[in-house]
Amino acid sequence: MDGLPLLVVVVVTALAFDFTNGFHDTANAMATSIATGALRPRVAVALSAVLNVVGAFLSLTVAATIAKGIVDQDAVTLSVVFGGLVGGIIWNLVTWYFGLPSSSSHALIGGLVGAVLVAAGTSGVEWSGLVSKVIIPAVIAPVAAGLVALSGTWLVYRITRRVAGAERGREFRFGQIGSASLVSLAHGTNDAQKTMGIILLALIAGGQLPQDAGVPDWVVFACAAAMGLGTYLGGWRVIRTLGKGLVDIESPQGMAAETTSAAVILVSSHFGYPLSTTQVASGSIMGSGVGRRTPVRWGTARRMVVAWLVTLPAAAAVGATAETISRALGAAGNVIVLGLLITASAAIYLRSRRAPVDRHNVNDEWREPASEPAAPAMV
Amino acid sequence: MSTYIDVPALARVIAVSLLVGAGLPALFAVGVRALAPVEGRTSRSGLRVAAATLCFAICAATVLYGVYRIVATGGH
Repeated sequence: MDGLPLLVVVVVTALAFDFTNGFHDTANAMATSIATGALRPRVAVALSAVLNVVGAFLSLTVAATIAKGIVDQDAVTLSVVFGGLVGGIIWNLVTWYFGLPSSSSHALIGGLVGAVLVAAGTSGVEWSGLVSKVIIPAVIAPVAAGLVALSGTWLVYRITRRVAGAERGREFRFGQIGSASLVSLAHGTNDAQKTMGIILLALIAGGQLPQDAGVPDWVVFACAAAMGLGTYLGGWRVIRTLGKGLVDIESPQGMAAETTSAAVILVSSHFGYPLSTTQVASGSIMGSGVGRRTPVRWGTARRMVVAWLVTLPAAAAVGATAETISRALGAAGNVIVLGLLITASAAIYLRSRRAPVDRHNVNDEWREPASEPAAPAMV
Repeated sequence: MSTYIDVPALARVIAVSLLVGAGLPALFAVGVRALAPVEGRTSRSGLRVAAATLCFAICAATVLYGVYRIVATGGH
């Protein structure tokens, strides 16, 4: 499979990745608002979806690059992009199955690094870029966000300690909606833009567009739609973990956590030090629990950190496998990889139906370990 | 270390994030407290309502500025 058929597969796979990205990351913006009842679950995901779509249309500065400064751009062939996307999608689905918030960007970068290692060897990866742009920020993000959320939450509870709980809750729920909306908008702008860049890169590499082309309108519409749909369907498993599994969230605390996330995401990208939305949001929620002096469920936190550590190598292993098959078998290899991707995705989805998490049970009481609820599946 | 960590950028990120990320919720909390009923009084004083309005207005303005930043930069 070369030329046009492979190009079509890459574009469709990129849109599928965009879908899993929205799906996986709804939780970052909306988990706390859903947990405190500031927004009903379906309203929350709908609002987040709309803002992600709006954000996608605001993505004006799309560059035809993928993981620039992390992998050698000359090593990025259509087949490598395909392998990277496969790694990203599979890892997003696996972590979703276990209800673990992990960075979609890291999953994609991991998949690409794996595919590039097979295609171009170790010299195809810019290791210092990988350390300075991915690994170190991944350590800093949750710590910085946690610190800010801890301070904000402590201040909020200190200032309002004489205000009756019910009244306080009502006002802070409005604040939660505002701050969560900002996170959604920033996510749409940031992440839809990355997929647009990948598709633009693929179209240029495939000879369908000239070197200096801008993003075609259909790409913008398709990316916005894919991410919006993913967001609306809502990765309820991840929402449940972030909203209920880490700490018990009250609305003042949720407002502090979500404002922290929005502030850290926007400020860090403003100063040219972009931090992962997922790690920022998770750090904020943990920090807010510490700031309110409520117990943090460190078991859940530990599982999340393990998932973050495993994300790069695991996605890389999938990307490397995909690229190995493609190289060994050529066109037939691409078809096999596509078949494996579809089979694996369907298998993960079907397995998730055994213990479904949806808008009806997303706020149920948390039981450890919750990634595998004991109750038999319905539906 | 400094080849891998842009220390000045990181320091600025943390300082400004603390100011905005912790400061805004605190300001919002001041607004909520100003609106809360005071013991022994039946109505809110105009001063308290004005103070609360100011707090909420600053919060709203900052959120709008955030939206403006997102729109103006078109992503990052």
